[in-house]
Amino acid sequence: MDKIVAIIIGSLFINNFILFKFLGLCPFLGVSKQTKPAVSMGLAVIFVMVSSGLITWLVYRFILLPLHIDYMRTVTFILVIATSVQFIEMVILKTSPVIYRALGIYLPLITTNCAVLGVTVLNSNEFFSAGKPVNGSFGYAILQAFFAGVGFMFVLLLMSGIRERLELADTPESLEGLPIAFIVASIMSLAFMGFVGLKI
Amino acid sequence: MKKLWFEFIKGVWRENPIFFIVLGLCPALAVSISVNNALGMGLAVTFVLGCSNAIISMVRNFIPDKIRIPCFIVVIATFVSIVEMVLKAYAPALDRSLGIFVPLIVVNCIILGRAEAFASKNPFLPSVFDGLGMGAGFTLALLLISFIRETLGSGKLAGYSISHQFEPVLVLSLAPGALLVLGLLIGGIRWIKSLRS
Repeated sequence: MDKIVAIIIGSLFINNFILFKFLGLCPFLGVSKQTKPAVSMGLAVIFVMVSSGLITWLVYRFILLPLHIDYMRTVTFILVIATSVQFIEMVILKTSPVIYRALGIYLPLITTNCAVLGVTVLNSNEFFSAGKPVNGSFGYAILQAFFAGVGFMFVLLLMSGIRERLELADTPESLEGLPIAFIVASIMSLAFMGFVGLKI
Repeated sequence: MKKLWFEFIKGVWRENPIFFIVLGLCPALAVSISVNNALGMGLAVTFVLGCSNAIISMVRNFIPDKIRIPCFIVVIATFVSIVEMVLKAYAPALDRSLGIFVPLIVVNCIILGRAEAFASKNPFLPSVFDGLGMGAGFTLALLLISFIRETLGSGKLAGYSISHQFEPVLVLSLAPGALLVLGLLIGGIRWIKSLRS
């Protein structure tokens, strides 16, 4: 139980993927200009993270480890992510045009979102030891994938709210756009450091 | 020859991946905590960029347009796996301190970006020089960020203590410091550019 809470709080606040692990910065800066696309992007990321977390865990556990080819991890994982993104895109297109319109253009972008590959690599580092899955490894992996995605969406939403206001603010000319976004992210990260004090 | 030199040098300054194109930020921020890490990451990325650009420019006419992105990713991932294994074998300490950012070179946007924007349209030699130039620009940018963060944040340079005169600004070596330094650097470079024109 403790471990579950630790994973949830950890991936939401203490080790937030964007602000502390610096994963997924490109989409973070790219789609945080307005709130609406930020919501769509966040949902798409959660979706892809959970499904590729699931598939890569199975592939790593039942194919790579028994065959002793875990040095192929990077190649396999990125292929799994790329194909599952493509597959999800097709499924959504066929089943629900409404969701497709909301997520459509963001799905292909997610392939090169390092947060997705990051969470799968972290899962295979943390929840396997000496070639064996630790107790409850599968559940932890899915949980971490889901809450890392939620943490990503959470920070993306906060940032897009701030940036919508920032458009109207009077910033120095050379800081307009990206530089001021970095500085805002830095202050957010500083604020989130307060959560490090949580002892779990 | 002059054209090749041009392809090389544009990556270093005019189209610097970090400061002007603003791609490949995740590793740039995460590993810039010390100059050693930054140099290791920079060299790894330069190697992958040069090799993947070379291979992709050689096979660019055989790859069907529709599946080019997966093809590029497989080429890149192969070179990243090579880097991973070499680092594990010969520089285990560096491998540990770079952590998951070694496998994550695969999704460094700048590598796929150059494959798509340059190597898939240009012949072999210019592509190699473009890759090496972009890699050099990336390395230099990383060195600059890590120099500022390490000297001011922990009072050290490449692991050696350089000054006992001042109290290090601890926040610069933590996560918020990385974002702050990069934001101010990009702002500063834009300011210098606007002064010159």
